[in-house]
Amino acid sequence: MQTEVRQLSSTVFSVGHLDPRIRIIAVAAFAVVVVSLNSFWALGLAVCLSALTLPFSRLPVATTLKRMAGMDGFILLILVMLPFTMPGQTWFTLFGFAASWEGLWRALQIAMKANAIVLMLLTMIGSMETVTLGQALHRLKVPETLVQLLLFTVRYVDVLRDEYLRSRVAMKARGFRPANSIHSYKSFGYLVGMMLIKAMERSERVLNAMKCRGFAGRWPHLDVMLFKVHDWIFTGFAIGFLLVLIWVNLQ
Amino acid sequence: MTQPLIKLEDISFSYPGRAATLERLNLELHPNERLCISGPNGIGKSTLLHIIVGLLKPDAGRVYAFGSQRVSERDFHEVRRLAGLVFQDPDDQLFCPTVAEDIAFGPLNLGKSKTETLTIVDQILDRFELTHLRERITHKLSGGEKRLVTLAAVMAMEPRVLLLDEPSNGLDEATTERLVEILTSLPQSMILISHDAHFRSKIATRSQSLIDGRLEDFDPKCKHAKP
Repeated sequence: MQTEVRQLSSTVFSVGHLDPRIRIIAVAAFAVVVVSLNSFWALGLAVCLSALTLPFSRLPVATTLKRMAGMDGFILLILVMLPFTMPGQTWFTLFGFAASWEGLWRALQIAMKANAIVLMLLTMIGSMETVTLGQALHRLKVPETLVQLLLFTVRYVDVLRDEYLRSRVAMKARGFRPANSIHSYKSFGYLVGMMLIKAMERSERVLNAMKCRGFAGRWPHLDVMLFKVHDWIFTGFAIGFLLVLIWVNLQ
Repeated sequence: MTQPLIKLEDISFSYPGRAATLERLNLELHPNERLCISGPNGIGKSTLLHIIVGLLKPDAGRVYAFGSQRVSERDFHEVRRLAGLVFQDPDDQLFCPTVAEDIAFGPLNLGKSKTETLTIVDQILDRFELTHLRERITHKLSGGEKRLVTLAAVMAMEPRVLLLDEPSNGLDEATTERLVEILTSLPQSMILISHDAHFRSKIATRSQSLIDGRLEDFDPKCKHAKP
């Protein structure tokens, strides 16, 4: 898929052209800077910056924004509660509870920070194949074990899901209908237990297959990642933008 | 007679808490031989292949492979390179994210350089007519594609012997036909486990059946399976 994207956009610059490592570093740096901002001008600029990268990521706009809204759903409760829990100048009173202006500003700040970072994460890393992400993390000296965990999860999550669905169908075929009964809970318990056992046995077979092909504890990597001229240009721009954000925040 | 490539002598094996699976079993595989082994489910056919490559240790008996006796884990490192085991479930074997990486896994472990490995990957894919699958994600392949890729991945290590555990399982007729074509065109000797009498009859140069923990020469009962 990555190659298709690359071919489609070979004439115009896109995030896919960049070295995956610089994409990860850039997002991490962006997140650290944005979290520490507190001026509304700087935060507004950060949100605009994230929105500007969206067209360069070649991701479908509607889906990406929907995903971002999904994250907003998680923090919505905190945002609504904040004006009521933060002390300060009264904005309005609801059923005898006072909402403060300070709380409102803080809630807005959190919403802007979260959206800016999540959108940047989606455009810069969400557009990357998980495999590429794993290899880039490996090259950034993330512990091998963690990278292998990520890659094995990507590889086997579908196999496990299929196993689960097959078991569910088999249960249904024999007339099982989930209900609030001991029998239901017991059956689900068996299902989960059986999946754990199967997963463990599979892991042993996978290790055997790896041994048969000469695996001795170290994972060989095939691809080559090259830091090219446009990666340096991008790095320059990224540092520039982050400095501008910090400068605006200090004004 | 030439020296056998693989020879098992008086191999006994039992899983803990169960009756003996293999009892004083003997096996020989000679160059240019395609030995097919049949037998009921759970009788120990896969166990046999795992003992040959040292994934399981026999309780008694001796394993000879490629001219010497193999005892320690270190001995078996070489055996695993020279005798390529194709697992029963392709999902167990295809653990790398993409097809190219999976085929490259073996050669890279053997210490080949990246350029050498990439050449091997392309040659193998070309030989098996699988080049269109090169960048595909392994778990999204069809059952037949998975099977052919596992075979290609093992062949990339240039083994002298192939050990195949029910390779025709779950394949449609066309893919089975293609697998037969590929296997019979390979110069490697092989030990092949299969329940499919027709499949065996197309490939085998010798057939044996695993009964009561031992291998016996086998004459197929089904008339269609006779060569």
